[in-house]
Formats: sequence, C-alpha cells, structure tokens
Amino acid sequence: MQYSFLNLVRQGLSGHQDWPAQWRSPEPKTAYDVVVVGAGGHGLATAYYLAKEHGITNVAVLEKGWLGGGNTGRNTTIIRSNYLWEESEAIYEHALRLWETLSRELNYNVMYSPRGVMMLAHNVHDVQVFKRHVHANRLAGIDNEWLSPEEAKAFCPPLNISRQLRYPVLGGALQRRGGVARHDAVAWGYARGADRLGVDIIQNCEVTGIRRDINGAVEGVETTRGTIKAKKVGVVAAGHTSVLMAMASLRMPIESFPLQALVSEPIKPVLPCVVMSNSIHAYISQSDKGELVIGAGTDVYTSYSQTGGLHITTHTLEAIAELFPTFRRLRMMRNWGGIVDVTPDRSPIIGTTPVPGLFVNCGWGTGGFKATPGSGHVFAATIARGEPHPIAAPFSLERFVTGRLIDEAAAAAVAH
Amino acid sequence: MSAGAFRTATGGRIDRTHTLRFTFDGRPLQGCAGDTLASALLANGRHLVGRSFKYHRPRGIVTSGSEEPNALVTVVRDGGRTTPNLRATQVELYDGLTAISQNRWPSLTRDLGAINDKLSLMFPAGFYYKTFMGPRFLPENWAWTKVFEPAIRRAAGLGRAPTSADPDRYASRYAHCDVLVAGAGPAGLAAALAAAEAGARVIVADEQSEMGGSLLSASRGAINGVPTAQCAADALAQLAGHARVRLLPRTTVFGYFAQNMAGLAERISDHDPSPDPEGPRERLWQVRARHVVIATGAIERPLVFSNNDRPGIMLAGAALTYLNRYGVTPGQRAVIAGSHDGIYAAALDLAGVGVEVAAVLDTRADPQSAAMAAALDAGLPIRTGTCIVGSRGHLRVSEIMIGAPMADGSIRDAGRIPCDCLLMSGGWTPSVHLFSQSRGKLRFDAAAGVFLPGVSAQSETSAGACGGASGLAAVIESGAAAGRTAAQACGFGLGRARAYRVEGILEATEATGHVNAPRLPQGMAKAFVDFQNDVTSRDLELAAREGFRSIEHIKRYTTTGMATDQGKTSNMNALALVSGTLNTTVPDVGLTTFRQPYTPVTFGTLAGMARGDLFDPIRRTSIDGWAQGKGAAFEDVGTWKRAWYFPRAKEDMHAAVARECRTVRAAVGVFDASTLGKIEVVGPDAAEFLERMYVNAFKALKPGRCRYGILLNEAGFVIDDGVIARLAQDRFHVTTTTGGAASVLNMMEDYLQTEWPDLQVWLTSTTEQWAVIAVQGPRARDVIAPLVDGADVGGEALPHMSVCEAKVAGVPARLFRVSFTGELGFEINVPVGAGRSVWEAVAARVEDAGGCAYGTEAMHVLRAEKGYIIVGQETDGTVIPEDLGLGWAIGKSKADFVGRRSLVRPDMIRTDRKQLVGLLTRGRDVLLDDGAQVTSVAAPAKGTAALGHVTSSYHSSVLGKSIALALVRGGRGLMGQRLHVPMPKGAVEVEVVSPVFYDPKGEKLNG
Repeated sequence: MQYSFLNLVRQGLSGHQDWPAQWRSPEPKTAYDVVVVGAGGHGLATAYYLAKEHGITNVAVLEKGWLGGGNTGRNTTIIRSNYLWEESEAIYEHALRLWETLSRELNYNVMYSPRGVMMLAHNVHDVQVFKRHVHANRLAGIDNEWLSPEEAKAFCPPLNISRQLRYPVLGGALQRRGGVARHDAVAWGYARGADRLGVDIIQNCEVTGIRRDINGAVEGVETTRGTIKAKKVGVVAAGHTSVLMAMASLRMPIESFPLQALVSEPIKPVLPCVVMSNSIHAYISQSDKGELVIGAGTDVYTSYSQTGGLHITTHTLEAIAELFPTFRRLRMMRNWGGIVDVTPDRSPIIGTTPVPGLFVNCGWGTGGFKATPGSGHVFAATIARGEPHPIAAPFSLERFVTGRLIDEAAAAAVAH
Repeated sequence: MSAGAFRTATGGRIDRTHTLRFTFDGRPLQGCAGDTLASALLANGRHLVGRSFKYHRPRGIVTSGSEEPNALVTVVRDGGRTTPNLRATQVELYDGLTAISQNRWPSLTRDLGAINDKLSLMFPAGFYYKTFMGPRFLPENWAWTKVFEPAIRRAAGLGRAPTSADPDRYASRYAHCDVLVAGAGPAGLAAALAAAEAGARVIVADEQSEMGGSLLSASRGAINGVPTAQCAADALAQLAGHARVRLLPRTTVFGYFAQNMAGLAERISDHDPSPDPEGPRERLWQVRARHVVIATGAIERPLVFSNNDRPGIMLAGAALTYLNRYGVTPGQRAVIAGSHDGIYAAALDLAGVGVEVAAVLDTRADPQSAAMAAALDAGLPIRTGTCIVGSRGHLRVSEIMIGAPMADGSIRDAGRIPCDCLLMSGGWTPSVHLFSQSRGKLRFDAAAGVFLPGVSAQSETSAGACGGASGLAAVIESGAAAGRTAAQACGFGLGRARAYRVEGILEATEATGHVNAPRLPQGMAKAFVDFQNDVTSRDLELAAREGFRSIEHIKRYTTTGMATDQGKTSNMNALALVSGTLNTTVPDVGLTTFRQPYTPVTFGTLAGMARGDLFDPIRRTSIDGWAQGKGAAFEDVGTWKRAWYFPRAKEDMHAAVARECRTVRAAVGVFDASTLGKIEVVGPDAAEFLERMYVNAFKALKPGRCRYGILLNEAGFVIDDGVIARLAQDRFHVTTTTGGAASVLNMMEDYLQTEWPDLQVWLTSTTEQWAVIAVQGPRARDVIAPLVDGADVGGEALPHMSVCEAKVAGVPARLFRVSFTGELGFEINVPVGAGRSVWEAVAARVEDAGGCAYGTEAMHVLRAEKGYIIVGQETDGTVIPEDLGLGWAIGKSKADFVGRRSLVRPDMIRTDRKQLVGLLTRGRDVLLDDGAQVTSVAAPAKGTAALGHVTSSYHSSVLGKSIALALVRGGRGLMGQRLHVPMPKGAVEVEVVSPVFYDPKGEKLNG
C-alpha cells in the first residue's frame, strides 16, 4: 500500500487494521544472485539500488541482529557534503542529491531536513582550514560559506560568541543544504523499498563463514540459518567488517573504536541548525521531537564494546555548556555508543577485493550516515558491474598499496 | 487541616506547623515542610498537572518517585535558574516555590493542542513516516521543510530551555570505597550496616531527600519490635556513627561503567529557597568501588485499560506513600484495583483515614490471602475476578467501568463505579537498570513474569526487590547478606550477622508480569502504555502488524520507553502486550538495552567545573608576563597562549607585524620559542632510535651539531619536524612543533615499547623545563656575545646548525646556532625558572641594538619569505618530503625509518604530485586567501579539478609585495608560468616562482 495522506485518512477511519507489514520475514532461499551482508542503511540501500537500478532482484540481505540496529540507528544523523578533496566531494555530494529526493523515491518520509550545518572555528588554524574548504567547495559547485562570529550567532541564536570563551568562536563554515534526517526511517524506508522489489531481508541470521570455490572465487556464505549460495557477496558490516573479511583470509586496514552520543530531555525548539565544533569535540542539533542530539568523540582505545567512557561524555558536555550556556541546566536523558570502523586515511573503502566475487563497503568511521544513499548507490553499481563505479573508484582497497590516500582528517582535523 | 483540604489530621513525615507558600500556574497554594511539589499539589486536590506529549491529554500525578511520566513542571527561579521538565514528585517544596505546567496553550485546563486527541485516528505510531511527502505539485521537501516539520517541532518538546546563561556552579569529586550501596531502602540500609560492621569503607547513595525508601511509606509492621520508619532512622544513625561510612542523600547512582566505576549525581541546593550563591548546585561523583550493592528496589506498573490516563488515576503504591509519608489522601472516594495483595494494604490504609473505598477490584478469581482476609474483616467492598475496562471524566476521573473476564477471553460488562480516584497496581518490576548497565546478563523469571539479574559481569550484588526478593523480611535478609558478601569480597571478615524479625506487614511487592490488558472495544478509547509519549496498546499492535518484531524496532517505531522516564513504568507492559500480540514469549521479543543515565543528569553536573578559563588549562611560558606587560596580542596555539604581535601606539596588526619583520631583517629581533616541544632522548641506542624514527641520518651526526629532522607516519606523510641536536654520543635534544609535542612523544614511546623494546633509550619530555629565547637578525651575535660565558659564539666555533653549553646572563644554557628566519640566529635554552630574567637581559640588549621583540605572526612571515614550511600549514597529512623539496633530508643509505616503505609506493613516485612553489600576484598588494584554489584557467567550469591550493599567504613588508606558498600539481615544472586563483569576485592571475623569496643562496645564515 502506498504511503500517502489519503491512505492515512482511509486507514484512520478503519482503525489502521489494513496496513501491510513494511517488509516480509522470509526464510532464506538456498541461493541468490547477490548476498549483501549487513542490514544497516548502507547494506539496505545497496540492495534497494541493485533491484531498482540494475534489475537484480534475487538478492538477500543478511543481518545478525535486527535491521538498522548498528550505527544506522546510533548516529547523530548529520548530513553534509562540504568535504575537502574532490573524491570526497563527489561521493558526499552524490549522496546529498539523493537525500534531497529520497522520501518520494522510497515513498517513506525520511524527514530529510536541510537546516544548515555550521562548523565552528576556534583558532587561526581552524579558520585557515575552513576557508580552504570554502574555496575548494566553491570550485566544485558545492555550497559552503564563511560566517563571521556575528553571522554565526544570527544563524544560531543560542550560540555563545563571547571573546572571553577559552576558545572563542572566530567564525564558521556553513553548508545550508546540510542538515539531518531520521535515521531509523532511512533503514526502514530502504528495507521496505527493497522488499517491495523482491529483495529478501533476513534478520537474526549471522554469517559464520565465506565459501570459496577451488579457484578462490566466492560461492556463498555459511550462516546460522544454513548455507546460502551466491556468486557475489557484498560485505557492508561497519565495525565488524574485519571479522567477516578474515573469513575470506583478507586483512582489512580498519580499527574499531567506540563512539558515543547522547540526547537531552525534549524541549521546545531552541536550536535551529546543526553545529559542529571539531577542535573542542562537540556536535549538536535538535530533533523534531525536541531532544538535543549531541555527538561526542571516539574513545582513545580500540574496542567492540558499544559503550564508552564517562570521561568522553563529560568532555563533550563541557564543550556544549560553554558554547551554549543556556543549555547548562538541561539534562542528559540517554547516552549510548556505537562501534565505528576507521581506516588509516579516515575515508571509506568501497569496491572489489582480491577475492573474486567478494565486494566490500566499510571504513566510514564517524561519518557514514550522511553517505548512506550515495554509498548504496555506487556500491550497487560496483557489485552489478563487477567493477568500481567511477565515484567509488578512488576509494578502492588498493589505495593503501598505491599510497593514493584521501585523508580528510589530517587535512582538516575533521573526522566527521 | 493545614495546607490543603486533602491533608490528614495526623501522621506522615511532614511538619504541619511549618507552612510553605508556593504557586502553581500562578495560583497561590500552601504545603508543609517535608512535602514534594507533588504531595503538596495533591494535598490541595490538584491532580491535573500536565499535558501529554502528542495528544495533549490532561494528565495527573501517577507515581511518587523518579519514575513519574506525567507530572513534569518548570520550576521558575531568578535569571537563568529556571529549570524545565522537573518531576513534581522529586521537587522538594520550599517557601516561595514557583512552578508552571508545560506543553499547553493557552492554559492547562484549556489547551488548544488537545485537538490532536480528537484527530488521533490520524496520528497512530509512525504516522509521520507515511505522509508529509507531498503535495506532488510542489518541489520535493518544500512542504515538509516549510510547513509540516516546523509545525511538528512547535508541537513537540516539553518545557522551554532557559533564555539566559546558568549562573550556578557545579562541583565534581572522585572517590574510592570498598562497598558502594545504591539505594537506601530496607535492603540497602541492611547491606550498608552489614558491610560497615565488617569494617568496609562504605558509600551509600539514595535519590531521595530522606533515606529509608519504602520503610518511610509503611503504616504498619515492625522490625524486631520497632516500627519501620523508626528502624530506618536507627539504621541511619548507626551508619552516621561509622567513620568509614559516607551517606549521600539526594544522590542518584546514574551509571555503572567498566571496572566498577559508578557515576553519581548529587543534588545539593535546588531544595533551598535561597541557596548559597558560592556553593555548588549539584555535584558529580565518580566512585570506584571494589564491590557494588545494587539495592534499587522495584517500580510499580500501571494497568492498561481504556482511558487509563485520567488525572486521579494513580499507582496504588504511590497513593500509600502520599498517605503514610506525606499525610495526603488522593481523593474522597477511591477505587483500588490490581492483581496482587498490595491493593488490600492500600485499601485498608485509605479506609483508615476516612477515605470512602468504593471498591477493591482483584482480577484474580480466588485470591485467598491474609491481606484480603484483613480487608474483608474491615468490611471493604471487594470484588474478585473483576477488571477495569474504562474510565470517564473531564480533567479528572469521575467513574470507572468494570468487567468480568470470561473463559472465552471476552469481558462481560459488570457496571460502573463513580469515584474521584483510582489506585491501580499491575505488579512490580525489579529495577535491574544498574545491573544491566554493568553488562550483567538478565534472566527472565517466567513464573513472576519479570527480568532478574542473572550472570554478573563485574563485582556486584543485587539485593532486595531489584534482585527478586519479595516481602519486607526477604528484602532485608537479602540486603544484609549482600552487605556481608560485599565486605568479604573486599577482604573483610564476614562479621556478625544481625537478626531481623519482621512482623505485621501487609504490603506486598511481589514482582508479577501479569498485564491487565483485555481486548479493547473498537472506537476512540486509548489504553496507554507509555503515558508521556502517548503510546497506546493499539500503537504496539500496529507496529507488530507492520512487521516490527524486535522490541528495539517497536520501541523506535512507537517511541514507547523513549520518554524522559525511559520506560520505567511502561517497558514491561509493552513487552507483555507485544509478546501477546505476536503470540510469543517475553524473552523472544527481547529487552531494550538499559542505558545510562538511570534518571536524567544535568549537563552542568557532567561538565562540572570545566568552564571559562578552567575549560582547558591555559599554558603560558615563563616570558608571558613580560609580553603582557608590553601589550602583546596573544593567539591560542593548542593549549598555549603565544604572543602574536607587539603593537605599539596606534599600530594595527598589519603595521606591527611589518615593523617587526623589517626590524629582524635590518637589525635584530627576539622571539619566545618556549612552546616548542622538547624531548630528551638518552641512552646508548639513542642515535639508532632517532635514525629509525626520522628520515634523516642521525648516526653520522657529530656531537655539538644539529640537524633538521623530518618525522613521517607509516603512510610516508610528513607529520612533524624540528631541529635535533646531538649533545653527546648518547644524548639528543629533540625539538618538535608546538602542537606535536605530546603526539610525537607518544609515537616515540609506542615504537620504543612495542617495536624496538631491545633498544636502550629513555625519553623525557622537557617542553616545560626549557625556556627558549630566539635571537635572530644580522646583529644577533653582537647582542648575545657579551652575555655568553664559556663558549665562543663566533662563526667558526659555533657555525650554523650547531650547539654548545655555556652560561648566558649567568645561567647555564644550551645555546643553539639555528635560524627559522633565514638570518643569523641563536636559540638560547635556559631552565624555565631563569627564563624571564635571561629574556629581560637579552631583550634589553636587543632594544639597545635597535631591535625589538617579535611575535608568532612575524615569525610566520619571516619563515615564509625563506620558504620554510610549517607542518600543518604547508602539510596536510598528504605531503611527503619530496613534495616540499625536502627530499635531500632523507638519509639515502639508511636501512629503514618510519614511513620509508610507503615512500616507494606508486603514487609517491609520480612526477606530477603536488609540489611546494611560490606564487606572486601581478598587483604587489593583492593578497591571496589562505586555502584558495589554484587552477590553470581563469574561469573554471563547475567541478574543475584544482591544481593545488595556497598554503600560506602574507604581505611581505621587507620585499614590498605579497607572497604566497602553494602546493601545485607538478609545480616545480611550472616555474615562470601563469596560473589562476579563482576568488568569489573573479580569478587572480599568479606567476609560479621558487618558494624561497628572500636570500635564495642562504648567505645570511652563515657568517
């Protein structure tokens, strides 16, 4: 059934008894054309575009827990494309353009809200770095503008721009098209969309092995629900990608860290945009429900534990309370962690692997949510064609061999 | 009766002689000392205190504790001290308290938002995912972002954020103890006493203002012959007498972290009408305990039936607390309903103070219990096998509808009962939050229908109701046992076991999972599961119908359990309903993760004292005071404050920097370089170690000589640089960038300890030990020579890139002959304690020689004129030494160094990599932007790849023109060519030149 205002009214009159399941819960078949491992936003988007754009509908998405339960449902939902390097600009802008039409594309309101993402500069180096971004983005045709402290305050009234701050706000880079979206809706929208096109989404099905033929090529996966054959397997498992790829004897250049986020109790609208401060580690926006959504930094040590240290939380709130002193009496309602997969150059890995038929999409670190549609779109093309989509090509696993790295973090001290 | 018509004549723990005035929504009311805002409102007959989140339904007080979902208020205080979303059940009353209700307009009784309730058929769970995408004739997202989303945002949210900055202070403390007891009810007090008597250091934290928990709410019963409330007082007095016990009332254990670390939030002054402005409002405790006793009790569950949310409908246990602790009755005619013995105690107590008990409804067909027998003896109207199917009333319950469950699952109408309050109990849910946060595994007790602590992950014990104990005797017994176990776990003896004899108790706190959720008739009626977020049983059914199976999905889709109470009263009901709908078991549906904090914690408490200058420590050099005295402007570099420039009268930054640069080039300047990172590398293998870390050849470096060192990461990219001096065969003085001081030391230690543990090398950070005074300029030697004792500073004895030890101005010093300006230069390192005096001696001579002090900005310009790089400016994590024209520094015969292997990768040996060049603009005064892009054409099409970017750009007063450094693709092959730098107002044409603008032959360095 189409989602629409009219159907909502019709269903309302009959007690909402006839809404169909948003996706089926099928038993896995013995074989598929493509198996996608991981039903997060990226994996589900991959399956959706495989079916939608490449006509490959005999696809299974395998998920060891519940779909959208990893980083898709744990992040602070920031969307922007004002990256520095051309390769990054290309993929994040590709994603942003898909965000702009995603709700209608999926017939699922993902609540994409381009309320503006403002990144604050606190020292001369920040200013230089952000202005470099503004110049680079202008050349690429991506909106990003420099704001004075007063302009930043006008855009975001609760912001403290006092010169007396320990690290005063010296300005900010604003991408007006940047914003947020409802993370769960993205997973559910892609899941429903893929399911409607015939994709089997199989939850509670953990991959325990990758089967290969005598030539080394992939021929399927072992799972807790039996063997599933497929000539093409795409692994999209974020922090656990290293574990899965090890099943095909591949070592991934990934380290996994806990990353925390928290929300306040809901309050009436007070923060109109997204504010990021990389140099003092604070990321904040306000959800439609009224909660302040706050992102913290990663723990210092690698871990698979989905909780982080209290000192990371307190450090983040120190920064929030300084930048927004009127928020100091508000209260943290919920605090959680996710596992982020970080590559040596903080950029993702999308593409083929030395194992024929095995594809990988991982390494999105702390900033993968914003790329979800673009990532799925180019990864689907890569799997379908067996060769990297042009936008994905620079993000090959091979770049760690050739040295052609795409290091946003070092360039900007920005990891988000 | 004092302070309210619903106040009992006697009883309770409030002080009837001490009347407190307060206002609620502007109406003046009175309460008693010892009241909470909730008990005071109830004493005045006020049940209606708030509006729900989505449907704006009128809501009353449901609980008496921190689990309250409905009674959220804003407490108004003077400027910046107003706090939204406080639970009235936790707000202690004080004289003059001003509270206002939330999420209603224009008033609590007439709220226009209640239209949502009338339209609720349009607003089932997740309705927003299904609409607001059109209309089609408008551009994508237009209506969503311009109309629908703003409307949703305005309707959502609860209270309002304060509009001025919070003036209050927040404190923080760290503490260690043997045993931390979370919760000071009967189990917690027994545990604390047992642990303290065994000799353990104990911290007891309880979220309420008065410790004692349920002991304070009981009207009957005794322990060892002493009434329960008196027992609590006795236990507290004994604990207070132990020197090794710390009691923390008003303190919530909100989080249980790794290695038995607990986060505690202590509320210090909010209950005070005029708090000490210098004292803290709240305090964060980070407690490391050897063992934790979790004694957090259990939370009562509401019943789920149609319109179960009207004001006047309250949990039975809460009503008992209001009656026995605060001397407040919930109404005049009460119905009490539930499925366990607790309802009889409530009924008896209410009847005892003259409340008319209209009915006691027990869903059980044949309960057979002592409690019921007592109620029958008292003549209370008991109806067994009866449940509630609905309620009526406007802003307050006035009537309930009852029914009789039949064998076929249907419910037969059993009439109506007029009442002004309904006290319900759906059983008790053990508070396993902290246990779950500790990563312990929960187990489902199918008989009781609750989750209980299973396998522990850390050193803790759950005691009392949260551990599954039922009834006061068992609760106390498990508490005492837990206390002794805890002490033993900390190495103390078992100690003497106290005997507790409990008598005369009727209250039952059995945990039971039975959920009173009859099939609801079709129509408008809503049976609420999550009160605050307005999640009904139908919403849960809808989610299940739409394919959501995991409780995590159902939670996110319906928002059940996501309100400010975090599902404390709703989660088990939701689970039971969903498992019923899906025809499966509760454990199969799963349990959402319990996340910290247990109850919301103030941002200010978590941020603590880290505000203003204490946000991050400010590091200042020993010379900083001198610079301040000279009126220097400062810039933040990492945590350091560095003198940026020294403006003289009427000079702006530009003029000051230009003068400082000219002075250095023409005469001499003095510069505070103390912030440079410094690492003393010592040991027989020191040279070998540096040889492996840096690209340069250090084994060949002779003592007394310096070398410019470049440090790469494993990927081959430049991450730090600095001058490294060999003082002796086994001793090096390594300098790093200011920002790299800590990270370079970490990296060195990492390699030393994990890769080359065989090397005998010791690393010591000496950044804070040396003050560094740079003297640069043609007269530098003239300036310092008379101050130096014990060394020849002549060009032959101390050539460029050499070091010696000498006395400078009478102070032992390491004297470097180095230059970051391209001029003859020295850097005098003296112990930091002597930094200021040596600086003053040097600065006086500099001034006499026609020189001046210069700041970091002039330093930047001077080095840029020479084409010297700054790591982080000319490099960005993608630059190798060859790109910078520094390939010469790499020791060609070296076997290995960090990053060496990466330098031979295909991309590193390409000839068209971005290379450091100089750029000159046509107009001598046209200044390029830092970070501006470089292209081959003046008007690049959108999406044109840049050739590179401007890394540094300055106006050079010495050269009389603007200069810029840039990284440009194949730049060294483009010398003399014209390129373009597109700017918003058109491109600027530039000429590619050598990056060395000043003294290209380097003649000034020598001599």
